[in-house]
Amino acid sequence: MYSRLYKLAVSLPPLFWVVLFLLVPYSLMFAHSFWLTQDGVILHNWSLHQYSQLFLNSLYAGVFFRTMRIAASVTILSLLLGYPLAYFLSFHAGPRKELLYQLVIVPLWVSYLVRGYAWKTILGTDGVLNGFLQYLHVTHEPVSALLYSPFAVVLMLTHIYTPFVFLPIYAALEHIPRPLLEASHDLGANPRSTFFRVVLPLSMPGLLAGATFAFVLTLGDFLAPLLVGGPSGTMIANVVQSLFGAAYDWPLGAAISVFILLTTVGLLFCTERLEKRWTFQ
Amino acid sequence: MSAAASTSPRAPLLEVRAVSKRFGEKEVLKTLSLDIARGEFLTLLGESGSGKTTLLRLIAGFEQPTSGEIWMSGARLDTLPPYERRVNTVFQQYALFPHLDVSENVAYGLRANNAPKSEIPTRVEQALAMVRMAEYAQAKPTKLSGGQQQRVALARALVNRPQLLLLDEPLSALDANLRKEMQGELKSLQREVGITFLFVTHDQEEAMALSDRIALLKDGNLEQVASPREIYAHPATAYTAQFIGQTNLLRGSVRAGIAECGPLRFRTNAPDGVACFSLRPEAISLAANAPAISSVETFRATIRQQFFSGSTELLELLCSDGQILRARVEAQGPLSGEQEFVFSAAAAVSVKP
Amino acid sequence: MSGTPSASRRPLFLTGYSIVVFAFIYLPILVLVIYSFNRDGVGGFPPQHFTLDWYRQLAADSALWNAVVNSLYVASGAVVVSLTLGLLAALALDRADFPGKALFRRLVLLPLILPGIITGLSLLMFAVAVGLGRGLTAVFFGHGTALISVATTEIFAGLQKLDRRQEEASLDLGATPWRTFWHVTLPNLRLSLIAAGLLIFTLSMDEIAVTFFLIGSDNTLPQEIWGRLRRGITPEINAISTLILLVSIVLITIWYHLRSRSERHAH
Repeated sequence: MYSRLYKLAVSLPPLFWVVLFLLVPYSLMFAHSFWLTQDGVILHNWSLHQYSQLFLNSLYAGVFFRTMRIAASVTILSLLLGYPLAYFLSFHAGPRKELLYQLVIVPLWVSYLVRGYAWKTILGTDGVLNGFLQYLHVTHEPVSALLYSPFAVVLMLTHIYTPFVFLPIYAALEHIPRPLLEASHDLGANPRSTFFRVVLPLSMPGLLAGATFAFVLTLGDFLAPLLVGGPSGTMIANVVQSLFGAAYDWPLGAAISVFILLTTVGLLFCTERLEKRWTFQ
Repeated sequence: MSAAASTSPRAPLLEVRAVSKRFGEKEVLKTLSLDIARGEFLTLLGESGSGKTTLLRLIAGFEQPTSGEIWMSGARLDTLPPYERRVNTVFQQYALFPHLDVSENVAYGLRANNAPKSEIPTRVEQALAMVRMAEYAQAKPTKLSGGQQQRVALARALVNRPQLLLLDEPLSALDANLRKEMQGELKSLQREVGITFLFVTHDQEEAMALSDRIALLKDGNLEQVASPREIYAHPATAYTAQFIGQTNLLRGSVRAGIAECGPLRFRTNAPDGVACFSLRPEAISLAANAPAISSVETFRATIRQQFFSGSTELLELLCSDGQILRARVEAQGPLSGEQEFVFSAAAAVSVKP
Repeated sequence: MSGTPSASRRPLFLTGYSIVVFAFIYLPILVLVIYSFNRDGVGGFPPQHFTLDWYRQLAADSALWNAVVNSLYVASGAVVVSLTLGLLAALALDRADFPGKALFRRLVLLPLILPGIITGLSLLMFAVAVGLGRGLTAVFFGHGTALISVATTEIFAGLQKLDRRQEEASLDLGATPWRTFWHVTLPNLRLSLIAAGLLIFTLSMDEIAVTFFLIGSDNTLPQEIWGRLRRGITPEINAISTLILLVSIVLITIWYHLRSRSERHAH
């Protein structure tokens, strides 16, 4: 039905643009990771020097593992918050389901910066939370450990990513035909048993999708540490950021970026395979 | 009813006591009472909206009665959640678990009720053998045809040895040939296991072929409960007469034991006054073919149409008063014009209009 | 149909827990809004003196409004670029087979799933290499590129719901493919296009991760706010944040309803 001209006309422009503005830039990044710096100048000599730096330097390793820990914490907490909420909305919300769904989704699209800033004002030594605790006489001095710590980063990012995690889980739960639940009850399984034996397995693809999203995006986040992380809360992306900024070592920064990229792509690939195994349609 | 009396073999297995169900403004079941006997194959028959599926779901436990009670084997049933009832359901769309294979599907209820682990494989095997699906034990439900899924659903329900098996229009998604085949299988299966079956359908032919008794529902009320033969020969209402099989509805009046419905006059036991009768098409024959017995009634009518169907044919008759009647006779060859017809007065059953 | 009896009786614990999660999602935002009216600053408790001064200060803050204008430029440009390319890409994915189609689909999705820093730095390298350098133009290209897949996904979904037979009927009646596209395909995609446009606009206005690395001397709104966070926090930032919140919520709600309408149209 569609002529060759039509097909060419629709596929060439986006293909061209994407190659020019995505493939080429990413390739540039990739290329940089194999180059060297000397006296503030980038030398286009090809070597694996940056990668060996990356793996041998314990400083970077330390930050990377902290980043992994933070990403894992954010993912787990978001799941603990997002899954029950999705379950409640899908199975128990009744006529208000649509409205409640909107209420969860809308913050998802509202500015990351605004939400991060909110946490900054809440967790600071002169922040709202400290003021609140002192007002209630729970504490007598500001708790300074709230802000500028990995804890604050985890808190802020959990807040950001809980709706993110909610979305695919809710979609997966909605997809479960209700007669399956009735059949499970009919055969003698109570609601708790039905959840573990029917609902959870069938919602796995959504759960995996949401968890991967949260993990991968947290892994590469550099803004949250800058807002609320402080020195103890820096993550690997901040290292990259400084290497492209004050520390001026583009090749090393590129190498770390490529490492983050490969980790991300690797994780996505794995979860995609897992999701396929857990899809039963 | 004492516990002993209610669990004796004579006592009904299930008692629906004045149950009604309302959804918002709509009353779907209106104070309905029904007893189901142990070991019987009872069909809930009705059009869509008659309440038959709702009644089934109340017994299964997926809905609660607005008022009334349901009792099974001498104990209150409707206060129990579905997973505590000794009732299992075969769903209309089978509702097989897509993430479990066939044998795991069948084992599901056994595991949920903590059956001894050693017993499970044997019982699953037996259940699958009973529905002739043994070689599909490792298959995934999504790869099976409709008929095969249905059999697995049956095995999954029966393996738990429920006291009552509910079947929610299980054959409606199958094509005609498969349907006939499955009907036979269901009937012999029920005989074999001896479990009480409560079957829901809108297909009156199916109901008549399979059931020990039929409960006909209309608009949330029980029209009639009787065996297929009884309900066919002695329908209680005009609705029943028309819903089950085909019939001619004769309206007229009775005086001193004689009914007059247009050109048809016949003796009857019905009381004087306005009356309605059901006369089945097969009760009418051509006078030329009927043996000469004095107790038959006669009338004349013009043959409007003939519908040939192999061994018999259906004649559409136009009476002198404009009434259209249908007669099922032996295949005649083409006929036309006015003929004389006979029928036995006993075949005209008085029904509530 | 209603659920099983025990499911329709709401479990207490789950309900309570859900309320807690909702509170967690909304409380920080509420705090932000409330303190935009607080005379005494962004912290402390309780906020005691109500004032509109911060909003007045905001109104007079020309640097901020310049940034808003910059953001509007970039966002409008991004909408045009992303929608056009997204439409073509959606059509290509739906109707054409070409070598590398699978790769293309993944490539387009990458900016959405990769952390923004990677896309941002890659584009920076590219911008420097071609001599463009940092600045609003680079930001424009960055947003346009990153948001193509948002447009593609929305429009692709809209295409799936399109009744192919309408196009066939049009061709059958003698219209050329071009005419069919303008008079049949495009009008049917109207809802998807508007929805995608709204979403892209909102995301571009709020974008900070990629923008961070491409920005030059002219700030977008998020960048301007970011800069001020370094200098000192006043409730004026709460005030602009509240306004951003309001506008975003309105736009996103419209987007959501457009989407639901297009789903209903499909039936």
